[in-house]
Amino acid sequence: MALEIPKTAYSGKIREMKLGGGDKAVTVGGETAYPFYLFEGEMPHPPRIAMEVWDMQPEDWAPAALEPFKGVTDDPAAWARKCVDDYGAEMVCLQLLSTDPNGLDRGAEEAAAVVKKVADAVDVPLIVWGTANHDKDTEVLRLVAEVCQGRDLIMGPVEEGDYKKIGAAAIGYRHIVMASTPIDINLAKQLNILLGNLGVPDDLIVMDPTVSCIGYGIEYCYSVMERMRMAGLTQQDDKLQYPLICNISKEAWKTKEVHMADDELNMGDARKRGILVEAISATVLLMAGGDVMIMRHPEAIKLVREMIAELTAS
Amino acid sequence: MALTGIEIFKLLPKTNCKECGDPTCLAFAMKLAAGKAELTACPYVSDEAKARLSEASAPPIMPVTIGVGDRALKVGGETVMFRHEKRFENPPGFAILISDSMDEAEVDRRLGKFKQLEYERIGLTLRPDLIAVKCDSGDKARFEALVGRVKQGSDGGIILMSDNADIMAAGLAACADRKPLLYAATEENREKMAELAKANSCPLAVKAADLEKLAELTSKLTEAGVKEMVIDSGSRTLRQAFEDQVAIRSSALVKKFRPLGFPTIVFPNEMTDDPMKEAVIASMFVAKYGAIIVLSDFYGESLFPLLVERLNVYTDPQRPLATKEGIYEIGKPDENSPVLITSNFSLTYFIVSGEIETSRVPSYLLVKDTEGLSVMTAWAAGKFVSDVLAPFVKKCGIVDKVKHHKLIIPGYAAAESGGLEEELEGWEIQVGPREGSNIPAYLKAWKP
Repeated sequence: MALEIPKTAYSGKIREMKLGGGDKAVTVGGETAYPFYLFEGEMPHPPRIAMEVWDMQPEDWAPAALEPFKGVTDDPAAWARKCVDDYGAEMVCLQLLSTDPNGLDRGAEEAAAVVKKVADAVDVPLIVWGTANHDKDTEVLRLVAEVCQGRDLIMGPVEEGDYKKIGAAAIGYRHIVMASTPIDINLAKQLNILLGNLGVPDDLIVMDPTVSCIGYGIEYCYSVMERMRMAGLTQQDDKLQYPLICNISKEAWKTKEVHMADDELNMGDARKRGILVEAISATVLLMAGGDVMIMRHPEAIKLVREMIAELTAS
Repeated sequence: MALTGIEIFKLLPKTNCKECGDPTCLAFAMKLAAGKAELTACPYVSDEAKARLSEASAPPIMPVTIGVGDRALKVGGETVMFRHEKRFENPPGFAILISDSMDEAEVDRRLGKFKQLEYERIGLTLRPDLIAVKCDSGDKARFEALVGRVKQGSDGGIILMSDNADIMAAGLAACADRKPLLYAATEENREKMAELAKANSCPLAVKAADLEKLAELTSKLTEAGVKEMVIDSGSRTLRQAFEDQVAIRSSALVKKFRPLGFPTIVFPNEMTDDPMKEAVIASMFVAKYGAIIVLSDFYGESLFPLLVERLNVYTDPQRPLATKEGIYEIGKPDENSPVLITSNFSLTYFIVSGEIETSRVPSYLLVKDTEGLSVMTAWAAGKFVSDVLAPFVKKCGIVDKVKHHKLIIPGYAAAESGGLEEELEGWEIQVGPREGSNIPAYLKAWKP
């Protein structure tokens, strides 16, 4: 019996998408095989990592996560610059936490001004992430879309409850929207169809499958992402052939375990533990098909970059 | 190749004697084909049919057991490439390396770590499984002594590592009754290693430089009568190791290629010198088909994430994990602390308890058994409604713990507040947020 390694029968391809503009634009997607299955097909563009910046001083961050950004966490533009200059960020994700109606509830004008500042401070592709409150995100992201015209943002989350107005702004000012659904392949497909019907062109849509970290239900998004890739690559489901963005660092760093002290409950070094919870969560999501990882800690990012580089090494 | 029901039927006695419990031989054959019956239920099947059927019905990836008793580790037996297709069956074992070039203090430290590092999570104990004892000294007596020490000092499964059959025999002399995994048979030593594995009824790890050679080697060992094997494709670069894992799994499952139908052993410890990177590499193998994962050392900060990742990836997608029903105290709640109630879907429990923790408001969390359903689903299924919640609240003992009679229910179960106020006389039902992330703000504003 001779060794015969079966090959998956692929019939589709993930859309190739340019994120951002100018020299620093990056391209993601284009896969013709399952994640890192380079022996079966192509992965022309390696997954990318966007470094997370908050639009407000973080209050509950573990010391390990705060330390690399000492001195800039009160200034989103300086923070973003530090990510690019000191940590080599290829993309930045600005999390608009301050606009949360259950929190600071900062107004749209103020939020948009901060986004503009960050957009001007760095030239890498910029993701702008709202709070998933439909009314507020609609207000904020529409204004953001306007003031950042020409910056080719990636913005969201856009959900069934607010896709029309944000989608229209994205078409008008040519930004990419992140179609966000709660860990469900059918809902994801449906939202992509709705966005298409609205007139959002295919090259302005990426998907946010809603992710969680290890220990907190990562298996759900893992399997949903695998199924999305299967549908897009082997079942010609062109409404699931968009690249996947995973907002993972926020999930990883808010867990109880990351905040425990050194050696508490046998969990070893707190700093390294936080880094590994983030890096391992991201690695798991890469295995499932993530194209962009939103991450926080420079050392976690370094570890994941090395994984990507070695998995795609020729 | 698996046989169809009709092919199996042709091999049966066709007497319809019913002694197997099925009305006809054909019905029995169909059950066999579906994996729902055992051939041993038929008292009249011929030896020839038995041989053909057992070969055809053997699982595509051989299940292998390492060790004995409570801590025996079963790996292999996998049936799918993707967990959503059914489930991943047997979680990979994590092994810590102990070498006979280490001094006594280091050996003791590692044995101590192996014992010490365990974690409670939703009523389960998460812990590592194996100790890989490696001969680096080339000294038989030294190796045997170390293996004896490991056996004394731990109840974990043992992997004996040497490519010298004489040294392996010495190690076995110290621990054969623990059914260790022998690592590894190679083209050069295969005859002697096969003898040792057979004589001691131990599983045998097989190592070759690539998949082709590996398949040749396992075929020869199968001919020599070795059954339980674990395979190492030899690659130590990330890209090749990943490819090998996928190729092994798919050729075994899709092509039913027996020579690679075995669980794998992988060595993140030989792929980097950085313990952090090693942990991330190990995490890839947890998701992508490693069955035994050897680590250079155990650290709480990396072992814990790997163990919870393993728990997640190997959770049966059709049977959500559930938390035990009861009262959970978060922070140090007292008689004036808030009382919340939620379902026992473990993810719900983790999110809600995590958010309560984030709020830093000490609270009681009542977890109602909803058979692992989330709040909304349980509510829709009638398992999180007033007439089941009220008796639980009354009986669970929370009335003895708080002075007030206020119960916070999830926003998604708001419709139950009227019914609950009726059935829980004297209680005020407060409707909490729909989303866990809004719990901290809610609790901070809460007054008894």
